[in-house]
Formats: sequence, structure tokens, C-alpha cells
Amino acid sequence: MHNLSIKQLSTLLQSKKVSSVELTRYFLDRIQTLDGEINSFVTVTPELALQMAEAADVKLAAGNAHPLTGIPMAHKDIFCTDGVKTSCGSKMLDNFVAPYDAHVVSQLKALDMPILGKTNMDEFAMGSSTESSFYGATKNPWNRQAVPGGSSGGSAAAVAAGLVPFATGTDTGGSIRQPAAFCGISGIKPTYGAISRFGMISYASSFDQGGPMARSAEDNAWLLNAMVGFDERDSTSLKMDKVDYTAGLNDSVKGLRIGVPAEYFGEGLDPDVAVVIKQAMAELEKLGAELVEVHLPNQHLAVSAYYVLAPAEASSNLSRFDGVRYGYRCENPKDLNDLYTRSRAEGFGAEVKRRIMVGAYALSAGYYDAYYLKAQKVRRLVRDDFIKAFESCDVILGPVAPTPAFNLGEKTDDPVSMYLADLFTIPVNLAGLPAMSVPAGFVNQRPVGLHLVGPYFSEAKLLNVAHQYQQVTDWHKQTPEWIEGGRQA
Amino acid sequence: MSLQVSEVKKIAQLAAIAVEPAEFELVSKKLSNILDVFAQLEKADTGGIEPMAHPLDQTQRLRDDLVTEINLREKYQAIAPSTQKGLYLVPQVIE
Amino acid sequence: MSWETVIGLEIHAQLATQSKIFSGASTAYGAEPNTQACGVDLALPGVLPVLNKKTVEMAIAFGLAVGAELPKKSVFARKNYFYPDSPKGYQISQFELPVVSTGAIDIEVNGETKRIGITRAHLEEDAGKSLHEDFHGMTGIDLNRSGTPLLEIVSEPDMRSADEAIAYAKAIHELVQFIGICDGNMQEGSFRVDVNISIRKPGEPLGTRTELKNINSFRFIDKAIAYELDRHIDVLESGGKIVQETRLYDADRDETRSMRAKEEANDYRYFPDPDLLPVMITQEDIDAVRQTLPELPAQMRARFIEQYALSDYDANQLTASRATAAYFEGMVKQGADSKLSANWITGDLSKALNRDGLSIADSPVKAEALSDLVKRIMDNTISGKIAKQVFDAMWQGEGSADEVIEKHGLKQITDSGAIEKIVDDVLAANAGQVEAYKNGQEKLFGFFVGQVMKLSKGQANPAQVNELLKSKLS
Repeated sequence: MHNLSIKQLSTLLQSKKVSSVELTRYFLDRIQTLDGEINSFVTVTPELALQMAEAADVKLAAGNAHPLTGIPMAHKDIFCTDGVKTSCGSKMLDNFVAPYDAHVVSQLKALDMPILGKTNMDEFAMGSSTESSFYGATKNPWNRQAVPGGSSGGSAAAVAAGLVPFATGTDTGGSIRQPAAFCGISGIKPTYGAISRFGMISYASSFDQGGPMARSAEDNAWLLNAMVGFDERDSTSLKMDKVDYTAGLNDSVKGLRIGVPAEYFGEGLDPDVAVVIKQAMAELEKLGAELVEVHLPNQHLAVSAYYVLAPAEASSNLSRFDGVRYGYRCENPKDLNDLYTRSRAEGFGAEVKRRIMVGAYALSAGYYDAYYLKAQKVRRLVRDDFIKAFESCDVILGPVAPTPAFNLGEKTDDPVSMYLADLFTIPVNLAGLPAMSVPAGFVNQRPVGLHLVGPYFSEAKLLNVAHQYQQVTDWHKQTPEWIEGGRQA
Repeated sequence: MSLQVSEVKKIAQLAAIAVEPAEFELVSKKLSNILDVFAQLEKADTGGIEPMAHPLDQTQRLRDDLVTEINLREKYQAIAPSTQKGLYLVPQVIE
Repeated sequence: MSWETVIGLEIHAQLATQSKIFSGASTAYGAEPNTQACGVDLALPGVLPVLNKKTVEMAIAFGLAVGAELPKKSVFARKNYFYPDSPKGYQISQFELPVVSTGAIDIEVNGETKRIGITRAHLEEDAGKSLHEDFHGMTGIDLNRSGTPLLEIVSEPDMRSADEAIAYAKAIHELVQFIGICDGNMQEGSFRVDVNISIRKPGEPLGTRTELKNINSFRFIDKAIAYELDRHIDVLESGGKIVQETRLYDADRDETRSMRAKEEANDYRYFPDPDLLPVMITQEDIDAVRQTLPELPAQMRARFIEQYALSDYDANQLTASRATAAYFEGMVKQGADSKLSANWITGDLSKALNRDGLSIADSPVKAEALSDLVKRIMDNTISGKIAKQVFDAMWQGEGSADEVIEKHGLKQITDSGAIEKIVDDVLAANAGQVEAYKNGQEKLFGFFVGQVMKLSKGQANPAQVNELLKSKLS
């Protein structure tokens, strides 16, 4: 059952071959049995899930339910969920029971998709390995010595281990795509502004974007239909024409121009990963797509610009965590300054503190022009590169990450080497473009993800290309051996 | 690039994060490593380039002037560390 | 050579909106603590700001009223600092690109008109309030005011005295109420003034300034400036240096003192708020606001002087608020003489309003009723003196002017035969005084007038009384 697609689950529910309560119990059981191995959940919410499943069954019985009604899911613990602890992977919010629902949460609640729980993540989404969580690292289901990627590593691992058919994620510098790649699942980061950020705890506001993480492109298309939409509570939410992302999945990719940036295949890319990506390119060519060379000459500046801008925004976004109105408060503060500085020193982990401090520095008097403003200019250069490249191609293809999943603990002492794990994903966030990660093979039994990047609002095209690729490959259908019912090619 | 302890102190103060004296050296080293990443930017030729604050060239949407919120004090203060008579309590503020 | 005082003001006018600048919580004053602080105002994790349209329209209205440039694009920025009344750890304000750019306003001091430059005006959110009493050494935080919209109006350092500073503050105070963007209530903090002050020898560059914060009455502006001016002179003349700092005016002790505690780490790290997008203002937006803008006080004053032949003083008084001006024009429209109407409004009416603590809009005697009273003076039905009596009765709710005159029999006696009889009676009863008058004690004339009026219960037409007395005493 845990290997079925969203569409198959929907058919079972709609035809009443299985009830939502049964399905929900099935996944809750799997979480209980298996999650001890990978630690992908921070909170499991069986009561809420079953209560929602019962409501879903009532609607399913009435016969006019939405195709997604009754399908269980999980939220990354960054989405505020009314009445449920929403920790953002931090000690700072360990006691924070959200008093309201994020837009994404209420959208999916309205479809009666039972919430199984909240998934683990890098603290405040700052990280690429889910090791900075206050609740301990999540482990990669493919190799429990390896990281699942991050920051949405809990969602990626939970889907990969078949603990949930789908989970939400957020992507600020690659946090949906990189863990999807490391865990061998599919994930899409839509155009910036396509999915409301309301209730999604901010890391870097002008980069943050929510999205679905599931097994296949087709699953993602179904979920994107439910998640995309204008929200008046988010000033950066886009008013877009309603699109059915499943409608064009079966279109042919014949004649599609796929841009291959020379810059992607240079220094820093694991040669074995390059081989996997080149095989994927060959598959797409066989389907009739045309490969064209494109250039992204400012790509190499993106990581530096990102690590100025994102921490700058974060340093300000995280100022609200001060021990006054909610969240962690230090014991016996001796004065106001002590309350602030000790609550924050004790409540935040090391990487979050580093980024807050680096961000404060980049904005401080005397450095603003050299760092912040300069990085904003580079941001435009990086975006303009993409816009120019899309004059000669329809989508851009490359690796999601320079290597497969690295080992737990391998990079925790060296933040900068961790930052470089997002080398290929970061430029997309600078530009705000839609992009997705598609399973494309393995290196040393660890999954490798294919990166597809499109022009603004080209989500349907990306899903179409990925779906066509998944019609001729089965990387996305593979599951880790240790999980019963799994098989590996 | 290497940060002086005095600079780390100033940054910690701006960030409102307590740094123990014993930690200064390590924090300084890690922050300095990150600042080395920034240094890449110096090489970029950004002459005549407008800074970009947002990915899309959208403009601010305006909300009608309507009261749409209700009083949820009880719910909001249930998660607060310290309240009294509807107020959030903090150590004495000296003005 | 004496010192020259240089003053610039920063005024925070709270905008009279229903909801907050970035949230849908109410801005009503005086609610129970934290009952008007929604998720956005409390800075819950994940919440986002959305800009209130009305605040932009009000800023445009102000810009138009001071002839300011209105840039096409303005940007909200974050001012980062930690303080318990600032729940996000930053205030959303405007920094490099404010909504209103350079403008000016004319003030009048000692009969001279002076133009004061306005550097800019920008939108920002207000902070919450700290309450210090009764919490066992703790401070209580009320965030009801958090997110209330403010327009911060920054002047050029164009003022050279406390009088000019007060005249400017009053002109802005009058203007923001006139155009309906602020209720001007200084006790409730709707209109707050910060004073930037420095001194220099004439012709020299600007001296180091200090900023006096949150002064909540015009009288305190005067006192705070006087105190600070003396302090600057003392410091400089004893060879010291002025430290650029923010100081608090303590009205109880009538002194200013340093607020250094809040000032250490004065690096606000302004940067464009990534949760908000650039605000674009089109010519159509500006034109739409212009349509709703009332006639401005300065224009109205000039028109009143021209159209109604009023003195500068009367025109100033009558245009102090839109309601007063409307009351005046309402009376004139009903046919009351403009000068008499002006006198009544600035005299008896405003005295009665002050006494009973009422605003002109709540006056029990409406413009139409007062106009009827004035018309009875004009047609000699009653004298000005009797009119005051009638007015008091009208104020007490005894009815219209005509009803009161009728009821109390206050109609003026204009029958010359009747008046002559009273005059004759008075002269006969005061033969000694008549003798003295004729022997040169001419000031006794007033005595005779008084006696006649007294006997007639004030109802004799004074002009006729004068005339008759003159002829009979000659």
C-alpha cells in the first residue's frame, strides 16, 4: 500500500475499497514500527489524523469528495498547525503549540487529508542535512549512516521509507530538491510566490517557498493543484491563472529544447554523479528532446550572494524569538538584556546563531554596501543569466547536488563545506524560478537527483518532462531494501 | 578575513545572543570562515546593476481598511512564558 | 556675538484608520490590554504584513496639502532593535524611499510669515506600551498599540526659536486634523513631537544636535526647548562639547535627561522589508485623493479675508478647524452678517463651548439658530446686549431666538414716544446730575444712558436713547 501512487490511493478511496481510517491506521503503524530507525518525525498526531480520516470517510461515503480527500500526509515542522507543536526543529519552539493554521495547512485540511504528524528538519530550515535539528538527525532510509539532505530531510526520508504518501517541504536554497535527491524521491519548488508563505515560519522571506515532496512527478502534480493559490495574507503571494498541473503530464517532449549549462559539469561535481546525469540526458534525447548548450556565467557567485542575503533576512526574521510572548525563555533572567541574550543563546543551536550573527554583520554600518547591496546586485546578475538562457531553451537540466548523500557528521564541523552542497540549487532561489528534483539513478547505492529548472510559472512543463522521464525509468519506484516490501534494482 | 574579538562582541550584541568569553575564539573562527565566502563577491563586476530585493517585479498589494481580527488573547497568552492581567511580563525596563 | 538656535521637528501623527497598518486588528483607543493585538501585531512565527490602503491615501493627502513631491515608488524597510514593545525585533518603517518627499508649510510668528521646509514624511508602525507599576519589579507589555499607523513628518532645521517651533507644530497639528488623517489628540498620543535642537554662532555651520523625545503638549515644547537651549549654551560656554544623543523631557521636573540606556548599540541595520513589495503610486491614485481633499486652512483663510471682509485674526480663528469654518459659513449662508457671525463664534459661542467642554459639532445652538439670533440684532429687534441673554436661554434649550425674545418680552423698544417718556422720567428724577452735566461734567452722559437702559430693562434702542438724551440735555 505504501508504494502506491496518489492516484492509485485516490482510486481505492473513491471506490471504497479502502477507507481513509484504514489507510491512516496503516501509515500510523508504519511510522510506529519504522521511524525509530530514521527519526523522520518530530511529532506524530494519531488522534488528529484519525479524527480527520473519519471526516474524510463521511465525505467519501457521500460520493462527492475531492480526489485527494482521505489521503494521509505530513507537514514539515515549519508550517504552523493549530493546536499542534510547531517546533521548526528548534529548542526555541519546543514548547510552541501553534495557535493558528498556515495557509498550506488550511488548504489541505479543507480537503480532509489526515495529518499524520510533523516532520523533522534542520533548525529553522538552516542546513542541508537535517543534522541541526534539536530532535536529532534524521537518517537516510537508503543508508542510515548517511544524511537525508536538508532542510526538509524529515519529509524526504518519511516519503522514501513509505511512512507517508506525501509531505510538505520548503525550499530556501534547495531544501526541497536536495533532500528529495538524497532520498530518491520527487520534489518541486514552484515559482516564488506561487504557494502562500503565511504560517510558514520565515527563514529568508525573499527566498522561502513551500512545495510538495512525493514519490513521482505525477503525485507532485496532484498536490501542487491543492497547494498553489493566491492568499491575501501574504503580500508576495501571486495572483495566477488556475492551472491543472496534471493536465499536461502526458504531453510528448518531442522537440523540447533542454539547456545544459557547461558550468554545471565543471569542478566540484562528483564524476559518478555526472555519469548518472548524462544517462538521464540520453533518456530524454531518446524521447525526442533536443539538448542545447547554454551558459550561466555568474553561477559561481550565487553561493556567496546567498550566504549574505539569506542570513541578513534571517537575522531580522528571527529577532521575534525573544522569550517574551512564546517559545523558550531562560531561567531567572537577571534583567531585560539577560532575558534576550540568554534565551536566544540557549534556545538557538550553533548554525542558527552563526547565520544570525553573520546576517547582522552583513547589514551593519560600514558593511551594508560591500556585502548586502553588492549581493543584491549579484542576485540580479544570476537571475538575468537564467532569463537569457531561457531564450534558447525550454528547461535547464543538471545535477541537484554535486555528490550523493554524504555521511552523518561528515560536514557538521565545517559549515562552509555544507553550504557548497547547495551549489546548484541556490541560484534558482536567487532567481525565484520553479525547479524540481527527479530520481535518476544511484552512486554507491545512494540516490542521485536530476535537476530540472524552468522559466517563471513553468511548473506544468517541468512536471510534464519529469513524468515523461518517469514513464521510461523506474528510479522513483525503488525503495530501500531493509524496508519490508522494498526491492532494489 | 579574520574577525577581532571586539567585532564578535559587537555582532553578538546586535544579534542579542550571549557568547561566553570561552567561546569567542571558536565563534570568531567560524564566522571568519563564512566571511571568506562573502569575499567572492568582491570579484563580481556589478557596475550599473540595480540591486534586486525580490525575485519577481511585483508591487505591493493594498488591503482595504477593515477590522477583520477578533480578540484571541486567551489563546495567544496560553503559550506565553509569563503574563499577568493580560500583560506580557518582562524584567523591569528602565527608561 | 549671541547664539542662534536651530530647530527641526519630527512629528508622529497617528493616522485615523479603523485597522492597523499591516493587520486587520482594531486601532480603537483604550481597550483592555492585548485584546487588540492579533497574530501579526504579536509577531507570531509565520505571520506576514499586508499594507492598509487607507494609510497610503492619507500619506498622499498630506503630501498634497504641503505641496510635496510624491515619488512613484516608495519602499518599506526594517529598523532592527530589541525592545519589549517592539515584538518583531524590528519596526517596519521607510528609510531611503519615503512615500512623501520634499514639501513646505507657511507659519506666522509675530505677524511675519515664514516658510518651513518639510524634508519628508513616511509611513511606519507604532510600538506597544510598557507599564511599570504593580508587577513586583517586572514590566508589563501591552501590544494593543503595536502596528497602529503613523505618519512621521520630518521638517528641515528651519526654525530659529521656540515660538517658531510651536507655530510649526500647531500648523501641522491643524492641517492633519483639517484633512481628516489624524484626530490630533495629544493626551492619547495621537500627535507626538520630537525636537531636534542645536545652537551656533550666526553664519557658522550647524552645531551638534540633541533630540528631545515624545513631547505631548505645545506648552512642553516651549519648556523643553528653553531648558535644552540653556543647557547647550552652558555646556558650550564653559568649553564643553554637546554629545549627539536622545534626551527625554521630564515634565514633572521640567528638565531633559539622557536616554543612553536605549541608545547603546545604535546600529539599526535598515534594509528593505522582504515581506513587503515596493509601493507604486500612480497619477490616478494622486488625482483620486485630490478629489477628496477639502479646501486647506491657508487657502480658506485667504478666501475668508477676501470674501467676508474679515480680519486676519477672525479668519485664523474661524479656520482653526473644518467644523468651525463650516459653522461660520452655515451662518452666513442663512443670511447672518459675516462680521457679527465671526464675533459670535469667537466670542460667546466659544466661551460657552469651553465652559461646557463641548466641541462645536456638539453645540446645542446650531449654526442656523445662531444665525437667526444675529439676524434679530441686524433688524434691531434686540440689542447686542439683550442678544447675549437670548443666547444663554437658547443654550439652555428654551427654544429659537424668536421664541425666547417673545417669551421673555425682550423685543427692543424703538417707539420714540415710549423712549422719550423714559428719558424724561430719568432726567426729572436726577435733576442734580442734569445740573452738574450742564456745568461741564460731560462724563455724566453715560450715567443717563445707563439709567434709561435700566428702566427700559435694556430694551430701549441705544442709538435712539443717545440721540434723545443729546437733544434734551443741550
